[in-house]
Amino acid sequence: MKQFLAFVRKEFYHIFRDKRTLMVLFGMPIAQLLLFGFAITTEVNNANIGIYNQSPGQFSNDLVQRMTGSDFFRLSANINSEAEMLEAFQTNKLKMVVVIPPKFEQNVTAGNAKIQLIADGSDPNLATILTSSAEAVIMTWMKERAGTNIQIETIDPQVRWHYNPELKSAEMFVPGVVTIILMLVSAMLTSISITREKELGTIEILYVSPLKPAVIIVGKVLPFAILSIINAILILLVAWLVFSVPVNGSVVLLLFEMLLFIMTSLGLGVLISTVADSQQTALMLSLFGLMMPTILLSGFIFPIANMPLPLQVISNIIPAKWFLIIIKNIMLKGIGMAYIWKETLILLGMTAFFIGVSVKKFKIRLQ
Amino acid sequence: MLKPAEHTITAKNLTKTFGDFTAVDAITFEVKKGEIFGFLGANGAGKTTAIKMLCGLSSPSSGEANIAGFDIYKQPEDIKKNIGYMSQHFSLYGDLTVEENIRFYAGIYGLKSTEIKERSVALIKELGLENYAKRFVAELPLGWKQKLAFSIAIIHNPKIVFLDEPTSGVDPITRRQFWGMIYSAAAKGITVFVTTHYLDEAEYCDRVSIMVDGEMRDLDTPTALRTKYNLPTMNDVFLHMAVRSKRSE
Repeated sequence: MKQFLAFVRKEFYHIFRDKRTLMVLFGMPIAQLLLFGFAITTEVNNANIGIYNQSPGQFSNDLVQRMTGSDFFRLSANINSEAEMLEAFQTNKLKMVVVIPPKFEQNVTAGNAKIQLIADGSDPNLATILTSSAEAVIMTWMKERAGTNIQIETIDPQVRWHYNPELKSAEMFVPGVVTIILMLVSAMLTSISITREKELGTIEILYVSPLKPAVIIVGKVLPFAILSIINAILILLVAWLVFSVPVNGSVVLLLFEMLLFIMTSLGLGVLISTVADSQQTALMLSLFGLMMPTILLSGFIFPIANMPLPLQVISNIIPAKWFLIIIKNIMLKGIGMAYIWKETLILLGMTAFFIGVSVKKFKIRLQ
Repeated sequence: MLKPAEHTITAKNLTKTFGDFTAVDAITFEVKKGEIFGFLGANGAGKTTAIKMLCGLSSPSSGEANIAGFDIYKQPEDIKKNIGYMSQHFSLYGDLTVEENIRFYAGIYGLKSTEIKERSVALIKELGLENYAKRFVAELPLGWKQKLAFSIAIIHNPKIVFLDEPTSGVDPITRRQFWGMIYSAAAKGITVFVTTHYLDEAEYCDRVSIMVDGEMRDLDTPTALRTKYNLPTMNDVFLHMAVRSKRSE
């Protein structure tokens, strides 16, 4: 036990004396969170749009006013020709142009009016959001008009977004950022810290010493486990205070699941260090072998259901996928173990597997 | 057959093969308590593999060995407690202070806190590092680092200390001081098993073995070896034998 404590103390010295490690440990999570929170948002405010009104009149003016009166859009140019419109797109002045065709005024009264929404498709996400917002504004305008004049039979879908009623993007990215941070910090820093001793040659001294392989491994991962859980709590606090993302479910359960996922990641980190002989290799393996699949295939950014079948199958072996389901369920839906025991079991299995394999590989190296 | 009281290392037909390649080919030798045993050989002659087997880092393919009274197969944990090791890599932590390095290594060998404190103070005084105790090891000159590394390798009073090219890259004066430390360790009864590339250092050893192509070609005192081959220095003896190596580097 005393040997173990001496080892853990040494590990803390390494961590607190290395600026790069500290940056990754505490600087990056906060930076990522703020970056995702403020820069990457799926909400649209004051998008620059243009109006190409080929049928000026009471109706078209009314509609234009309605559109530009909303928070979504800001009228930044009146377009007078197709060439002008193309130029505005090319110079990036406009994100969308509303084209009101000739005879719009007569057609509105006749009930067969058309309107064209042309959006800059080079940014598909934004284009989708803009056109659907515009459609919504037009629909409302139409309904109001219909209410005063004639009765049109329409079905009016009432949409409600459960668990995230305001469709805040923060509620989507906080669980994702927590997942990525825990994975990155635990796996990358552990694998680098072990391969560093390989590079320095100090690992040989540890092998020759009476320290058992298990003590070395646990001594290496324990400090990162402690710091990761502190990190996770910090992220949740920032998410709550800055972005008002609450934890709807049990905080204790969430911390327990986080600890489990940290163990999974630490296991992966040790596994990487048994394969990699240099810090450089460990870093590359962590970034491309873990980070990329975690970001792309966990369902954090791209929905798994929309992926081609082979990728959907592959996503099952990504631990982050399962953790993301768990953390979303606890944080947003506020549900308990009864609904996430399957995912928890899968993570437990993966963790046991990674730790088992790395301890075995670690021992083989000693032979 | 094995007499641990007289011999701290006995190896009999110790062999290590990697596939078809025999890295160490049935070496047999004994090292006496308190002896300074030189282990010479060109790169690739099998020195490192042999040391790794003796330290318990690598398990032999065949043969027997007894280290500090413990069997190499059955009691590797006991062996580890009773040996010290200093590798050719610099083996201290640069981001830890002199004191912290001492405390760490003494700690992983299970020394008591009071013992650690006493030995730490004594060691720092012995090396004249009083003003550097709280400085990071990375700031020390290489020679001092090596001397510190050696002192730390024997901080738990091992029966044997294995030194793998401990003086590489060190200036001649420091090398001299280093050998002074080796002598005083041997005088305290610690057996010293040392490999080196500096053949003048081979003259300082009580006995010297020469490895060529995984085999131990000869083993005797430096004087006896020079007389046997009728050559003036150990350097000549070594070259004379190593030239017949079949393994190219």
